[in-house]
Amino acid sequence: MSPLQMAIADGMTISKRNALKIRRAPDLLGGVIILPVVFVLLFVYVFGSMIDLPGISYTEYLLPGIFVQTIVTSAQITGYTLTQDLQKGIFDRFRTLPMAPSAVLVGQTLCDMLMNITSIATMALVGLLVGWRVRSSPLEAVGGFLLLLFFAYAFSWVTATIALALRTPEVFNNIATLVSFPLVFLSNVFVDSSRLPGPLKPVAEWNPVSTFVQAARELFGNTTALRPVPDAWPLQHAVAVSVGWCVLILAVFVPLATRLYKRAVSQ
Amino acid sequence: MPPAIVAEGLVKKYGTVTALDGIDLSVPEGTVLGLLGPNGAGKTTTVRILTTLLRPDAGHATVAGLDVVADAQRLRSRIGASGQYAAVDEHLTGAENLEMVGRLYHLGTRRSRQRARELLERFDLTDAGDRPVKGYSGGMRRRLDLAGALVADPPVLFLDEPSTGLDPRARAGLWEVISELVAGGTTVLLTTQYLEEADRLADRIAVVDHGRVIALGTADQLKDQVGGDRIELTVSDSAELETVRRVLAPLAVADVQTDPTALSVTIPVAGGAASLTTALGHLAAERVTVRDAGLRRPTLDEVFLSLTGHQAATDDTKEPVR
Repeated sequence: MSPLQMAIADGMTISKRNALKIRRAPDLLGGVIILPVVFVLLFVYVFGSMIDLPGISYTEYLLPGIFVQTIVTSAQITGYTLTQDLQKGIFDRFRTLPMAPSAVLVGQTLCDMLMNITSIATMALVGLLVGWRVRSSPLEAVGGFLLLLFFAYAFSWVTATIALALRTPEVFNNIATLVSFPLVFLSNVFVDSSRLPGPLKPVAEWNPVSTFVQAARELFGNTTALRPVPDAWPLQHAVAVSVGWCVLILAVFVPLATRLYKRAVSQ
Repeated sequence: MPPAIVAEGLVKKYGTVTALDGIDLSVPEGTVLGLLGPNGAGKTTTVRILTTLLRPDAGHATVAGLDVVADAQRLRSRIGASGQYAAVDEHLTGAENLEMVGRLYHLGTRRSRQRARELLERFDLTDAGDRPVKGYSGGMRRRLDLAGALVADPPVLFLDEPSTGLDPRARAGLWEVISELVAGGTTVLLTTQYLEEADRLADRIAVVDHGRVIALGTADQLKDQVGGDRIELTVSDSAELETVRRVLAPLAVADVQTDPTALSVTIPVAGGAASLTTALGHLAAERVTVRDAGLRRPTLDEVFLSLTGHQAATDDTKEPVR
């Protein structure tokens, strides 16, 4: 077997193991299926009934944001399972096996990809039921879903890195919540970022989450001429900048996570 | 035939703490070496280096003829390792765990599945094989972990405190499995804090303390190092302890120990059974009432104490595993 074939085969084996694990662990499964459904219904009905936007239904405006929010939140599962594995000694077993060393992280993130496909599909279906509509061409819509998955994959390497640096599930959960909350709420997920007060406005507009949300809105056609794109540069070129973010995140966090993984397991 | 495991001058430091201070080992093929020592002596670090999990700071080692650093990847398909903490996945069933390990040894899907079933049967886990490991007892997890180490039929096996946390029955079962493997030609290096375990399983024992091998030999050789046999006597009256000590002092080859609470005296002797007869003759002449008398070999506990100056268990700060 060539090193590349081995890396792929071993990555698949690990990813199958993680998939079995998620299927059997109710708390993880809840994160994949129930959380996205709850997020869609909760925010659509609670905020949707209070907020009126000119030219577009709030549900349509909100859904792309909820997609991104759920990706950020459920990427924590990657980190959580990694920290759990770190404490259980299963990595010691893996490391005495003649497997590709990259397989653990590749397998983990591949499995998260499957998980994200499931949860985005669930949200899209529930979204369609409660009034979300795709108003772009089918090609653009596919592009929208692919961009969300690309973001999800890249972001799971970020949480993997945080997890490998912190190493305990409890600490990881606390820090991850602390990071993901401002990331999601200081953005354009729920509100129009251009109407935020003073210093919050540039923070929200340059927040990468806002860029992804803006890109998703454009690709799904959930925009309106009555609500022009804010002047901030990343939002003006949201799709291109989003792809750029994903590439940058992978370029930084794949080597970083790999290094931290080696350090974490070689003690 | 070259030895299956060779270590020369292994050194490992963690910051200012020296975990290994020049470990030398040599294990002939098909034999068992027991690494005996208290927690923190360097046993686990040694095993982690020999199983390619850690790089030594100095020294080198070969296992099955392969260098543990330079040939690490090739070596991994020739060794099996079972650690202190059962390295099994809770959410997977026993069968799935073993199949996964088989795949990662690149045995292929069919062979992995077949091997998983064989091992489940061998370790008496057939009935539990399709249940998630979550519901397994500590002993079952340990057996599954050991089964995982055997998936690729490795010629060299490393067992790090294999029986820590097992009840006596599970421990006896484990010992039986290890003995069978060795009878089949497997070379085993095992670490233990249980002197009984080393005595029972190991052909040779390396006593490790503060990152060094301080004694090496068969259990008998180690026992001889602390002075062959001991006569153990129990008297009925504490007043007689002094008489016994005075009368038998000429027979002793090392310090005579008296235990006033147990009313017992221990006399290290050189002459075997004959010295017991002589001792009893002397005591009868002095009219000492002996309630119990016997000749015994020193225990490994005594060996350990005399070699290290401290008891095997005094450094034990860790809780037993789950």
